[in-house]
Amino acid sequence: MKDILKNINKAFDNRIRLGIMSALMVNEFLDFNSLKEILGVTDGNLASHIKALEKVEYLIIEKQFIGKKPNTRYSISKLGTLEFKKHITALEKLINKN
Amino acid sequence: MSEKDYLQDLTEIKSIMNKSTRFISLSGMSGILAGVYALIGAFVGKFLINSYQQGETGIEHLPIHYFEILLLVVASIVLLLSVSTAFLLTSKKAKSNNEKIWTSTTRRLLKSFIVPLFTGGLLCIVLYQYNLIGLIAPFMLIFYGLSCVNASKYTLGNIEYLGMANIITGLIATQFIGYGIYFWALGFGVFHIIYGTLMYTKYDK
Repeated sequence: MKDILKNINKAFDNRIRLGIMSALMVNEFLDFNSLKEILGVTDGNLASHIKALEKVEYLIIEKQFIGKKPNTRYSISKLGTLEFKKHITALEKLINKN
Repeated sequence: MSEKDYLQDLTEIKSIMNKSTRFISLSGMSGILAGVYALIGAFVGKFLINSYQQGETGIEHLPIHYFEILLLVVASIVLLLSVSTAFLLTSKKAKSNNEKIWTSTTRRLLKSFIVPLFTGGLLCIVLYQYNLIGLIAPFMLIFYGLSCVNASKYTLGNIEYLGMANIITGLIATQFIGYGIYFWALGFGVFHIIYGTLMYTKYDK
């Protein structure tokens, strides 16, 4: 049991952060507005959770210009993929245990 | 966190993965209508061909070239009606589902659908160029089927089976040259109606 709990990641202990990771697992990259649409959250809320995931280096942030408009797109890092998979496996184990 | 929360987490992960990669608002009714248009088109086409061969209506006085263009016009009207119906009904459904119609998901959906479709369309023009008329209907079915299978990654529902059914029908049709219009009516007409009805009862209601 302890082993499983070790793999439950505190960084994903929040629905929005979990949502950001889920969406980026299956999309090569997404921009801020697409993420906002998928998750249905406010700008500020999304930004703070993105920052948290960026801090632990689970996200890769690319800033670019589309024409004259700045555009930021996000993708998941190798570390992020690894940690997220570990987290899901742990969740599944916890449920199957009982 | 309790076990129930963990389960909810997993459900949420799955739902977001689906939502962010799949467009869910494809309208079933537009599938049914596309099938109906195709059947009407096939009947009109068959009627035109019959009267051209039997020479009862005066249409047989047209040079063969113009006659072929007339058939092409019928096919184009079917295509145009189907596409505009699908677009109208799908955007209406997307609106009521609170889903945007122009997102990265729908762009990928369209791209994966259009690439095989246009390849097939151009190939059909080439077949016409070399006077391989009998192969046009089978090729249309095969490439339309490939488009559906390819697009199925980005939408919910049974479009993959619609695609497979059309590919198989198209391949069989290559062995029955001259009966293309019947296979065409089966693939574009009957299969669309079945697919649309399934979609309609499963997702639209």
